[in-house]
Amino acid sequence: MRTLIELDRVEARYGPVQALHGVSLTVREGEVVAVLGANGAGKTTTLRAISGTVARSGTIELEGKALRGGPDAAAKAGVAHVPEGRGTFVDLTVNENLRLGAYTRRDRKVKEDIERVSEYFPWMVERGGQRAGTLSGGEQQMLALARALMSRPRLLLLDEPSLGLAPLIVKEFFRTVRELNEKEGLTVLVVEQDARIALASSSRAYVLEVGQVALTGTSDELRGNESIRRSYLGY
Amino acid sequence: MKPRATRLVGFVAFAAFAVFVAVLPAFVTDFKAQQYAYIGIYLIALLGLNILTGYTGQISLGHGAFMAVGGYTTAILMAGNAPSIACSSCDGPIGGGVKDIWTIPIAALVAGLVGLAFGLPALRLSGLYLALATFAMAVALPPFVKRFEEFTGGGSGINLFGLPEHTGSLTNVEIFGRSLTFNDWLYYLAWSFALVAFAGAWLILRGRTGRAFRAVRDSETAAVSSGVSLARYKTLAYGVSAAYAGVAGGLFAIANTFVNPDTFPIALSIFLLIGVVVGGLGGLSGLVFGAIFIYFLPLWAQGEDLGSLLPNRVIEETQKPGGPAIVYGVVLILLMFVIPNGVGGLFRRAGQLIAARRYSRSAK
Amino acid sequence: MLAAAFADFMQQIVAGLASGGIYALLALALVIIHRSTGVINFAQGEMATLSTYIAWTLIANHGWPYWPAFVATLGLSFLGGVATHRIVIRPVERGNVLRIVIVTIGLLIAINGFVVWQWSGEPQQLDSPFTSIFEALDIPDIVDVGGVAISMKDVGTIAVAIGMVVLLWGLFQFTKVGLALRASAVNPEEARLVGVRVTWMLALGWGLAATLGAVAGMLTAPTVGLDPNLMQALLIYAFAAAVLGGIDSPLGAVVGGLLLGVMLNMLSYLSQYRLFDWFTEELRLPTALVIILVVLLVRPAGLFGHPEVKRV
Repeated sequence: MRTLIELDRVEARYGPVQALHGVSLTVREGEVVAVLGANGAGKTTTLRAISGTVARSGTIELEGKALRGGPDAAAKAGVAHVPEGRGTFVDLTVNENLRLGAYTRRDRKVKEDIERVSEYFPWMVERGGQRAGTLSGGEQQMLALARALMSRPRLLLLDEPSLGLAPLIVKEFFRTVRELNEKEGLTVLVVEQDARIALASSSRAYVLEVGQVALTGTSDELRGNESIRRSYLGY
Repeated sequence: MKPRATRLVGFVAFAAFAVFVAVLPAFVTDFKAQQYAYIGIYLIALLGLNILTGYTGQISLGHGAFMAVGGYTTAILMAGNAPSIACSSCDGPIGGGVKDIWTIPIAALVAGLVGLAFGLPALRLSGLYLALATFAMAVALPPFVKRFEEFTGGGSGINLFGLPEHTGSLTNVEIFGRSLTFNDWLYYLAWSFALVAFAGAWLILRGRTGRAFRAVRDSETAAVSSGVSLARYKTLAYGVSAAYAGVAGGLFAIANTFVNPDTFPIALSIFLLIGVVVGGLGGLSGLVFGAIFIYFLPLWAQGEDLGSLLPNRVIEETQKPGGPAIVYGVVLILLMFVIPNGVGGLFRRAGQLIAARRYSRSAK
Repeated sequence: MLAAAFADFMQQIVAGLASGGIYALLALALVIIHRSTGVINFAQGEMATLSTYIAWTLIANHGWPYWPAFVATLGLSFLGGVATHRIVIRPVERGNVLRIVIVTIGLLIAINGFVVWQWSGEPQQLDSPFTSIFEALDIPDIVDVGGVAISMKDVGTIAVAIGMVVLLWGLFQFTKVGLALRASAVNPEEARLVGVRVTWMLALGWGLAATLGAVAGMLTAPTVGLDPNLMQALLIYAFAAAVLGGIDSPLGAVVGGLLLGVMLNMLSYLSQYRLFDWFTEELRLPTALVIILVVLLVRPAGLFGHPEVKRV
């Protein structure tokens, strides 16, 4: 499998505070990779570094080309970032949210794509005109995922999708992610606090600590190693 | 709390400033004394507005209206709605005859009460809506003043010049064995009140009330959770700041020697807000600069005082009608870019830098 | 007698809708800017005045025919709005509300000064957009509809106002750009993530608002005469309309404007009757202001706005 994205000693800061102290990781095409760690370890910042929403230095290469500039450049290059808290446009309708997902696309097949995406989320078909703010938390999370898919991304970034959702909904969500990965070959980098479900849904994982990669391995390895689970993953 | 050293510096600075103010008229022309008197008056109004906007965080685009209340109160108390040209047969319900100085506390009281009355409904509004409401109030006031002629002398207003209650308009003022011109008298009158007002504001703001005000500004939710009654402090802020404006308005009337509906236009309210922002919200020291700015910039923009510094061509262009306004507007915008926290903010940054240096040195 | 009263009444309604249409345009400009950038643009009126002067100078001083001047003015106003946002507003957008207020006030003062400086304060004459159209299509100035004399200029004004509103609505609802504009207004961070260049969208909003202002100015100036203070009273009416309709609601701005125009004209009409004889032309503006105050006290969100829920 080819490398899709590679981070090499990436640093990032929020004003005077440095959040990433040199993070290096790779994601290969077709993989689902998890990024785990405690609060404040830099997980969200890593995703933000990729999508260009935070000031960063170091090398980030997407398919061999350097990824520079702000979020609009990243979106154009094929990175779809579903932020913490879902980021749905609550005042707009479901359909409008989906249309926005396809913003960077210049071709005319947007309508077809809404249908294609609706196959994974059939309930969106009848409720296309509903205001997104009136959806439940789980539905909004699905909508955010669907919106990301609309751009036909090369890389999907998921930031703490389980936040604020009931365990059953979270399971459903990750099931859909796995389905997308298997059926469409979608490459996913997911940041999670809930290490259990993240490891169950991914093939590899990185564990961050204080803005650096502390540990990496296949998900099976990490799950199987009890001392690692206890010290790094909290269960 | 500020360290003792800083407070001592503050006291010394204030005392030095007071001395400076006291001796200044001896060194400047009579006309300049009048100009500086107006700066003192504006300072009082700015102190009041600062309490409302800088400390409690409520935007007011209508403080000129409170000045108008104070000004008209003073005028009516002094002249008793004396015959004006439009209403020579009017005999006001309020007789005149109150000496000018004594009208000031009453003006403050009346304006303060109006402020409290306004503060209550204003509780329901915040931010932008409050700005719009105060703006509406200030613009609507002159026409309403014109309409209630019996009280206010209508369009021609109330004239104070030459009245026996008005000190100094006819003869020099004899005080402490010295003879003062009207302008010098005005200067001392205004600055006496200004210094007292300054000290008063400082006292109010350093105590519990000031902390409550700041709590309201920074986070209403947090303030309530800490037991600060929003209604009480917001209304109080309105009352106090209006009282200050009332004093300024009364002095303004005395200085102008008349009041009419056009003495307190919406432009005044806007200039007051500008003065507070340029002077620096939340602090007191920068407000003097705010007052200087709103009084002098329009003049400087027309090339006065600074005329000799700029080439003639430039002066010609800026003195054409409209030119000064362009200069004023552009300077205002640039100031907001460069010193977003006003002059007071600059002082505070400087203070912080100095304090930081001292601490890091002592750590070695 | 009754017929005459009715005719009078209808005329006032039509006239009220016409002036209301102009309020609506300016109110819509205010709402667009407030929704997208959170700024109340106190300089909106002066910007419109400047646009109107540009149209006038093209016609009177440079010999342009009316319609090319009109279109050129719209284009220049759009660019001017975009430039204003990028140069003057963007640096201070994120800060203190007061700072932004002062900047727009500074803009107001500077632009007003510039107009006086460049073209002097003397009143000028600007043609109505409808004169040449009416001539070409042979439409009379006044049309008799069942005994009621309706001014065609009023009808034209209403048509233009509604037309612009519909155009704008179409833009916002049905185009990609419109969608991006709406998204940028409510959720700029998320809009960036899907690739929207938010800063340009906000500038676009300012450009549109400036264009609306230009149209409002060019519709007003022919009747009241062109001078530097053209839009000052109008701005206040526009504020009243926006507050009445809901400061974040475009629909509210339009309805509020029309409603306000009709209400004020109704008061004018009714002032001939004893109950309303306190109302004079001078009180027109203060009445609008009182309306602002009353709405703010009773229902700050206006007719169509969403009430802010802040339970403390």
